[in-house]
Amino acid sequence: MIQALVAVSRRDLLLAIRQRGDVANCLLFFVIVVTMVPLGVGPEKETLRAIAPGVIWVAALLSAILSLGRMFALDYADGTLEQILLSGQPLSLAVLGKIAAHWLVTGAPITALSFLLAAMFDMAAEPSATLAASLLLGTPSLSLIGAVGAALTLGLRGAGVLVTLLVLPLYVPVLVFGAGAVDASAAGLSPAAHLMLLGGMSLGAAALAPWAIAAALRISVE
Amino acid sequence: MNGPASPGSVLLEAIDLQCERGHRRLFEALSFRVQASQCMHIVGDNGAGKTSLLRILCGLLQPTAGEVRWSGRQIRQARDEYGADLVYVGHLNGVKDDLTAAENLRAWAAIAGLGVGGETIGQALELLAIDRFAHWRAAQLSQGQKRRIALARLTLAPAARVWILDEPFTALDWRGVEILNRLIERHIGKGGAVVLTTHQAWQPPVSVTRLQLGSEAAVAVPPG
Repeated sequence: MIQALVAVSRRDLLLAIRQRGDVANCLLFFVIVVTMVPLGVGPEKETLRAIAPGVIWVAALLSAILSLGRMFALDYADGTLEQILLSGQPLSLAVLGKIAAHWLVTGAPITALSFLLAAMFDMAAEPSATLAASLLLGTPSLSLIGAVGAALTLGLRGAGVLVTLLVLPLYVPVLVFGAGAVDASAAGLSPAAHLMLLGGMSLGAAALAPWAIAAALRISVE
Repeated sequence: MNGPASPGSVLLEAIDLQCERGHRRLFEALSFRVQASQCMHIVGDNGAGKTSLLRILCGLLQPTAGEVRWSGRQIRQARDEYGADLVYVGHLNGVKDDLTAAENLRAWAAIAGLGVGGETIGQALELLAIDRFAHWRAAQLSQGQKRRIALARLTLAPAARVWILDEPFTALDWRGVEILNRLIERHIGKGGAVVLTTHQAWQPPVSVTRLQLGSEAAVAVPPG
């Protein structure tokens, strides 16, 4: 059964490599948003350090939303999704496999890039590390919750706007605790509480989302 | 795992199926059985509900009334086991354009939990006469070739007793049609069941039961 999960992930990762351009789109968007802000806001270091966590987190959020359009829509359009539904393997595991691949291609690179981008905002070492940790713990939530939205709006007209409306309110807690963790770290306080909440949200989402997504996919495929 | 079906055993049973799509009632009170070694050909005009019926049989579409049973169990409650006993080839090929023919089959088999090796994939492609294109990206293949990749799945799951095929002959040339006919004949011979629709003037390689949709009373009419 785990093999089916791994099989789905491998296929999706292979596709991501073959469709590099589309995948790079979301990362490029993230980098562009984050790079543009210092240019627009001015080089005042205090300001930059203050807004950095929020800006980077919001950019991560928007980039995640941008990537949701590709999550199930392509498989739905060419019939591979219904084959996955009929594969005889538990759908929630296949869904987890897809989300894992999605995170490896969106959340993980964003976390990795965050060090570089934090330097652009003149963030100190500790807040930078906290930023990376918050992204590491929080981006899985973005993929999981986003997947629920993507599954619910599959095949609908205007799905893009609908997904954003559905998913953004659920993203807000992740944003608040993510940016809050870095703010706490920058103020010299311990970000542990924030990080634990982020981790908890991701674990909770990992436990609940696959069932919701499987149910939503079955409805959307009808 | 399911062993070969004993002749006469009922693999699929449709009970009182009713389907409404877009405010139209396509069929109602539709009941029939599909047994081992039976080939059922569903006929009807465009829009009569053939594709909907096949999707209901697969479990991809919920009927507005009635149920489908597989080996006596409701398919809603035995999804995964039914899925392992079923191969569905629908209108969409289920083929990824960015993967090669071989990669497509390997991915499908791995996702289905079938432990098939590269050699088996090669044999499947050979059976469908597309082994020459094993390492071509599907995007570079013709519609007929992509259809053959989809149909190659039928040979990768020998334990699956139920084949549900929606217009499987679409885009196939005469050789492809022959290959598929042979596959169907062999499957029926081994005790499997096939439920299919096809518009084309199909000369079945086995005796078929015809199910007419769109008439007042949809009744299974035995051949001859």
